Amino acid sequence: MAKNKTKEQSVKLENDKVRIVIVGHVDHGKSTLIGRLLYDTDSLPDGKMDELKKASEKRGEVIEWSYLLDAFQAERDQAITIDTTQIQFSTDKKNFVIIDAPGHTEFLKNMISGAAQADAAILVVDAVEGLQEQTRRHAYLLSLLGLRQVAVVVNKIDKIDFSAEKYGALCKKIVDFLGGMNIRPSEILPISARHGHNMTVLSDNEMPWYDGKTLIQLLNDLEPRRPSIARPLRFPVQDVYRLEEKRIFVGRIESGILRKGDTLLFSPTNEKAKVTAIEEWPNPDIETVEAHAGQSIGITLDKPIFVERGHVASHEENAPMLSNVFRTHLFWLSKNPMKVGDTFKARLHAAEYNATIQSIDHLIDTETLVELEDSERVEKNQIAKVTIRVRDMVALDPYSDNDKTGRIVLYDEHSVVGGGTIFMDGYADQRRTLTPKSENIYKVDHLLSYDRRAERNGYYGGIFWFTGLSGSGKSTLAMKVEQALFKKGYHTYVLDGDNVRHGLNKDLGFSPDDRSENIRRISEVAGLISDAGTICITAFISPYRSDRKRARDIKPERFHEIYIKASLDACEDRDPKGLYKKARKGEIKQFTGIDSPYETPENPDLVVDTEANDIETCIAQIVNYIESNIAVKKNDNDAQNENGEKALAI
Amino acid sequence: MSAHNTAYDKYLDRLEAETIYILREAYNKVDPLAMLWSIGKDSNALLWMARKAFFGKVPFPVVQLDTGMELDEVYAFRDQIVKDWDLNLKIEMCPPEEDMDKTLPPATRAAMRKTEGLKQLLVSEDYKGVMAGIRRDEQSMRAKERVFSPRSTHGDWDFKNQPAEIWDQYKTDVPGGCHLRIHPILSWTEIDIWRYTKRENIPVVPLYFARDGKRYRSLGEKNITFPVKSRASNIDEIIEELQSTKTSERAGRSMDNESENSFEILRTRGYM
Repeated sequence: MAKNKTKEQSVKLENDKVRIVIVGHVDHGKSTLIGRLLYDTDSLPDGKMDELKKASEKRGEVIEWSYLLDAFQAERDQAITIDTTQIQFSTDKKNFVIIDAPGHTEFLKNMISGAAQADAAILVVDAVEGLQEQTRRHAYLLSLLGLRQVAVVVNKIDKIDFSAEKYGALCKKIVDFLGGMNIRPSEILPISARHGHNMTVLSDNEMPWYDGKTLIQLLNDLEPRRPSIARPLRFPVQDVYRLEEKRIFVGRIESGILRKGDTLLFSPTNEKAKVTAIEEWPNPDIETVEAHAGQSIGITLDKPIFVERGHVASHEENAPMLSNVFRTHLFWLSKNPMKVGDTFKARLHAAEYNATIQSIDHLIDTETLVELEDSERVEKNQIAKVTIRVRDMVALDPYSDNDKTGRIVLYDEHSVVGGGTIFMDGYADQRRTLTPKSENIYKVDHLLSYDRRAERNGYYGGIFWFTGLSGSGKSTLAMKVEQALFKKGYHTYVLDGDNVRHGLNKDLGFSPDDRSENIRRISEVAGLISDAGTICITAFISPYRSDRKRARDIKPERFHEIYIKASLDACEDRDPKGLYKKARKGEIKQFTGIDSPYETPENPDLVVDTEANDIETCIAQIVNYIESNIAVKKNDNDAQNENGEKALAI
Repeated sequence: MSAHNTAYDKYLDRLEAETIYILREAYNKVDPLAMLWSIGKDSNALLWMARKAFFGKVPFPVVQLDTGMELDEVYAFRDQIVKDWDLNLKIEMCPPEEDMDKTLPPATRAAMRKTEGLKQLLVSEDYKGVMAGIRRDEQSMRAKERVFSPRSTHGDWDFKNQPAEIWDQYKTDVPGGCHLRIHPILSWTEIDIWRYTKRENIPVVPLYFARDGKRYRSLGEKNITFPVKSRASNIDEIIEELQSTKTSERAGRSMDNESENSFEILRTRGYM
């Protein structure tokens, strides 16, 4: 392996170290580029050059720079790079670790393993062959992995006779393609790694038309990724150690600053405690007052709260989001395809959860960047946008807010099978709905119970929660069912979407947060109406499972989820309010079914198919269901009487 | 955790934080766990960081694969450190050279003894993970390593099919009969280790410092490791020497230089 050798090492040791990954299609010259670079910067150990000449002669070739990296016998014979190799290397301005990444499709996981560690990337493109499948895929992965520093070298420039025209045309293609995935290359430069053109000095003779940077200058302009000290504090707990009398919470600060005396909020438990000390060894007496992103630390707390691996400490302001459902932009590495309903172990910072694939929303063709909707499966080496559900609340951030707490890796039993970045488009932070804001509230008991009212009325109050796409028939059916029940002598009331938004919820819009709050308020009101002994029917799209679950949890024994079922196509054809048309034109944003998710009920109490049945059948089906679920039975009555008296006696 | 100000100190802080993170991951996820200790500079620095990670007390056994062929100074140093650092030391005696594959070149064959010693240890103790202080910059085979690297029952390394390692999420689980090699200082370089050893004042075997114009740059058994020419008699001089040398660190290791792929043979058969 190449040893560092430099003329002014003392200066260099104080310089930054940048980790770069070199990617691109197979045979476009990645390994050659690195071999040449090591030679040009005088970084080869004694004897290595001779060894290289010998090895090349043995195989009857001119000097093959890539042999420097491809250290394995096996690799030399196959002439491809099998795994990521890391090489230390220096210019006069910076130190580098070069991670060589292989180009063959089957080695995608190695390329990802390499690129995920990098600060910056160099994309190698063959001047003759141009953008090939792996060039495109690698570029897309760089974007997915969140690498923002990307430079492009057009290699083998001698093979297009140093033509400025051909080079210019290729550059335009490259810029257009990268632009499609939000990568703006910091630089594009024409080189020949094999012959050393524009590596250390500009090749004015061959390319008088080029006056940009040399490869060395380009490297010198790259920067290491800095820990995110300026972002809000995220301290995922890695472990809890008991040491004599102390409980020490250890982990790495992923972003922000943690100070002694800070009040920390732990997610997802919402427990709070103050930092009493930042532990030090070997000098326990040193008082450390603050620690920042990138440091592995241990802290003690002032209260014995429940904290375990995977919980995330933050400050009370700027806490992470809490959700049991989120979306990811991920790459798939397993030979077994990913399918809807599959369950995996998901690791997110130090936390681990059982995660179920709720939907595969888009499959991305990295060749064309076309997104295919509603796929059944994701095959090995494909990239997709996927919605994932977990049973419990997870503390997370969208990747755009925090890279460290905004990405997950999926495991299937023993192995990594995929990974990706998190985005929350269409999904709300559920922390607000979990945390009561006011304190000192005490419930007053009613003297008249729910059951006493049922006894008088002859039926129970209940909540019949209609859910379905816009245009599925919720409102129409709700009004008709109410009318039918009224005729039969029942007290009923319909809470309808548009009506509630005119009054109770006129302060709310259609963002995921506001939608969630809209449903929370309606759930509470429906609960009260049912308490009063009335049959409450609600007609809201209510697209999120978590919201419907919360509505059910208010009065679980009298809550009935009724799925008003119609396909998106049918609803779009009906389009009674003309909303789908507007949504398709982009005039309405975040419209359920178009650019915002609808989560189909998993176990609804009743399914009413408005596509397969006419309206009268649907009404009869619902009325029948309601009547059979609100009846007061004889023995029920006795038991309830007893309870009723108990309530009265209080 | 302490504040250091120069860019290089900050870089060492970053390396240290990464190593401590890996040590704590291993301790949380892998059980039973042990650390291999060659008593050289790298595994000393690693042990020092283990003490930092766990606030003074190393919570797992530290294993020396002993061939009986280490230099006297190495054994003396070992006994002193075990006492001073209160280590739970386990000595595994390696099988004799006669038992090794006779087709291997002589020094490679001698080096195989440690591989066999390790296999013996894994069978008797049933460790799910062993940590080793190897570095990527030492040797091109090691450059290909993962931080958490799974091995088959026989210790074989399938370098053509290594697990993905993404965003500090490691492969911490292996099927029954297999084990993990864990490499917490993989990203460190030889100079990083010396700089850190000096900064933290970590003790090292005196054989690293030049006597009579020679010093050990890499410590191994006396039959297959040789001192190299050097005038570096303290850490500062070693660092200075390393900045201008073009000789590889393992030049004094006979087995590396016997054939084009002797180290590859050793590694795929389970060598550290």
